[in-house]
Amino acid sequence: MNYQVEFQDVNVSYGSDIALQNINLQIPKNEIFGIIGPANAGKTTFLKAINRTLEFIHNAKTKGDILFNGTNVRSIRNVYELRRKVGVVFPLPVGLPMSIFENVAYAPRRSGIHDKYELEELVQRCLQQAMLWDEVKDRLHMLGTKLSGGQQQRLTIARALSHSPDVLCLDEFSIAIDPVTTMKIEDVLSELKDEMTIILVTNLVQQARRLADQTAFFNKSELVEYGPTEKLFTSPDNQLTYDYVTGDFG
Amino acid sequence: MSESSPTTSQGFSLRRGIEKVIDFTEPAVVGLIHLCGWSAIIFVMAIFFFVFKESLPAITGLEEGAIQGEVEQLDLVEFTTSPKWIPESAKKPTFGILALMVGTLSVTILSMVIAVPLGLGAAVYVSEFARGKPREILKVLIELLAAIPSVVWGFIGLVVLNPMLVDMTGEPVGLNILNAGIVLALMSVPIIVSVSEDALRAVPDSFREAGIALGANRWEMVYKVLFPAAKNGLLAAVLLGIGRGIGETMAVLMCTGHSVMMPTSIFDPVRTLTATIAAELGEAVRGDMHYHTLFLIGVVLFVFAFIINLTADLIVKGIKVQGNE
Amino acid sequence: MSNELKNPFAATNQERQARKKEKLIQLSTQFITWLLVIPVVAIIIFLVYKSWPALSVEFVTENPKVRMTAGGIWAPLIGTFFLVLVSLLIAAPIGILAGVYLNEFARDNWLTRFINLAVVNLAGVPSIVHGLFGLGAFVYFLGMDRCLLAASCTVAVMTLPVIITSTKEALASVPMSFRVACWNMGATKWQTIRTIVLPNSISGILTGVILQVARAAGETAPILFTGAMISSRVADSGWDAWVPYGLEDRFMALSYHLYIISTQWQNVPESFKFGTAAVMIGLVIAVNSISIGFRIYLRSRKKW
Repeated sequence: MNYQVEFQDVNVSYGSDIALQNINLQIPKNEIFGIIGPANAGKTTFLKAINRTLEFIHNAKTKGDILFNGTNVRSIRNVYELRRKVGVVFPLPVGLPMSIFENVAYAPRRSGIHDKYELEELVQRCLQQAMLWDEVKDRLHMLGTKLSGGQQQRLTIARALSHSPDVLCLDEFSIAIDPVTTMKIEDVLSELKDEMTIILVTNLVQQARRLADQTAFFNKSELVEYGPTEKLFTSPDNQLTYDYVTGDFG
Repeated sequence: MSESSPTTSQGFSLRRGIEKVIDFTEPAVVGLIHLCGWSAIIFVMAIFFFVFKESLPAITGLEEGAIQGEVEQLDLVEFTTSPKWIPESAKKPTFGILALMVGTLSVTILSMVIAVPLGLGAAVYVSEFARGKPREILKVLIELLAAIPSVVWGFIGLVVLNPMLVDMTGEPVGLNILNAGIVLALMSVPIIVSVSEDALRAVPDSFREAGIALGANRWEMVYKVLFPAAKNGLLAAVLLGIGRGIGETMAVLMCTGHSVMMPTSIFDPVRTLTATIAAELGEAVRGDMHYHTLFLIGVVLFVFAFIINLTADLIVKGIKVQGNE
Repeated sequence: MSNELKNPFAATNQERQARKKEKLIQLSTQFITWLLVIPVVAIIIFLVYKSWPALSVEFVTENPKVRMTAGGIWAPLIGTFFLVLVSLLIAAPIGILAGVYLNEFARDNWLTRFINLAVVNLAGVPSIVHGLFGLGAFVYFLGMDRCLLAASCTVAVMTLPVIITSTKEALASVPMSFRVACWNMGATKWQTIRTIVLPNSISGILTGVILQVARAAGETAPILFTGAMISSRVADSGWDAWVPYGLEDRFMALSYHLYIISTQWQNVPESFKFGTAAVMIGLVIAVNSISIGFRIYLRSRKKW
């Protein structure tokens, strides 16, 4: 019960392709947990395994146990409740083709909140947390898809926050947005840490170093090592890790 | 963490009520979607089942046949090989569909002879040469060709083409293979154009660029690069045109002259399988040999169409598999 | 040879010939295309010209009279309207849900391949065989007798595959990322479909359905034996003129009417036949224009 997310001997494969191999790790609560690694290392699969959206990929197979708040996710009957407890932000911003307000109110409505004032309050809080409120508060009825890329990414974060998740997963969130917005969002994450656990998959090694309390290095479907960020960056146990964080990789 | 539980919002909300009902019925709706998804299979099987069921007595034999006390049974050899179709004869009705098959085939083949060059030519022009507004207008007009109901096509054959053919050929009546062939050609052209245009379009642009880089001009490219690459799609287009020709009913009923005979030239009137059903089923009494035999013709048509569509589909799928490699 | 040396880019004889050939091909394919299109336009103009004496408001609003030698085409027109309406009410829900199944639920397995094959074949079944099926299944087996309902069911089965195909295409145009975003917020598959996928593809679906209206309205073979009748008495005014047929009644239809007056009935004025054909083509053009306009309107207000 001490850990937010725990992987025990987890293997994931897509048909004959292995995506994750023998993953064992523990992510403590209220921490920013960084995940770094080259492309195709299994980072995105790792996130999908937590909220069981792997189930939408029809040839995906998961073995081993993933514990969320101490409960095996496989034994959770209401998988939708699990997905609401995990907020996910993908590399490319996705504004849903509805108003900004409805974008953020989407998940609360699905879980049964329909009271107008409650929704307004919630939408405002989420947009403020995602640092988007000031830019859009006068045009909440504009289409979410018409916002700029950086704004849409923050809208996506606001949406992920809208279902009050225990864990917020960000998958290379800064890939499509400008550095200024990235810095803004990084500030947001540091503040959000008090309320939830954050799993930060990033292609920017320095981003992990700036933000993460602990960092894990994935390579070729395997977890090479993980530990306190400072240690991983200064004196890693594995030569590969050292090469990667110093930029000598590959 | 549990603040999102649904009980927090107080008071009655219609929207929430509706949402709850919808979510509650989700399993039923998903079940319904699955059922509807399978409906195509169900209907294809049902069509075969019911048409076959109504034709079955002709093969197994009728208790209350024309001749009292004897079991009347369709002679399948006569059915497939005799050119005589005399269903209402008082003495001895004859059910031979050879002439009808020849009628169907001759009209279909003639229509393909006209439609394939026209359709391919138009497809090449629309996909490779035409640009901008004229192209859009041409596409709309060709789509319109496909939308004109077959009974209107039949009417056009009857009142426009018929006198024209009489004038031009000197035959006493202009309702014959040629008339039906022309009408059917115009009806099948849109299918041929759209399927072959898709096929030409499916050829990757890199092929075109490679062709042009090698110094081929546009025609050489179409002829030496596009046609071979789109060969299967074009074949499928022709097959679908044939399918349409064999299945077409009202237009050929009105344009062929509707007389049972083995044609010797394209100026002879013929009768087709489909037209025979359309013209005679209304008068056939349910339960007698004529009625069941007409359904058997329906089975023959169904099987023809099935084979043609299956082949065309396999050919088109073949292209896609190739394209993925 | 010396020419070549002077200007290396000058066209060789062979090239010049090839270019001439290309021009020739372009002109001939262009000629072929216009050869297809011009007669059709000419025929439509001819039909309108020939039917001009009959075309009037009364021709559309009056019932056929005096063995169809006077009056108009109201009774068959309203019959066709109800045939299309009822068949769409049956086919649209089934077809749309089937499209939803194939695009959203179906996995890439043998069952799906089988269904797709069935859709293709259903579209290829000759219309007269649909008529035989309607007679065997709806009229006799289900005991509906020849009536509007039986004919509508038959036409519905016929239009089903095209509605399925166009629905599938419309759904496939909604980006996958929208669905993934919703699933990650804990929405169920059906919630995602009804809140995101359907609202953003419904107009594309409707365009497909509208096009089916024209096809269903023009079909004759499937209704020949399942409910169409040569002549029926329809009230000239009032409520009964607008709703002349019940589901269990036989009915007149425009396509069957044209077939009858042009092949079976004597003494029908030429202009009446042409008028009926012109009205049918007019309806087809109108429906097609609506769907084209709809498509343009949709493109103009795309949401992403």
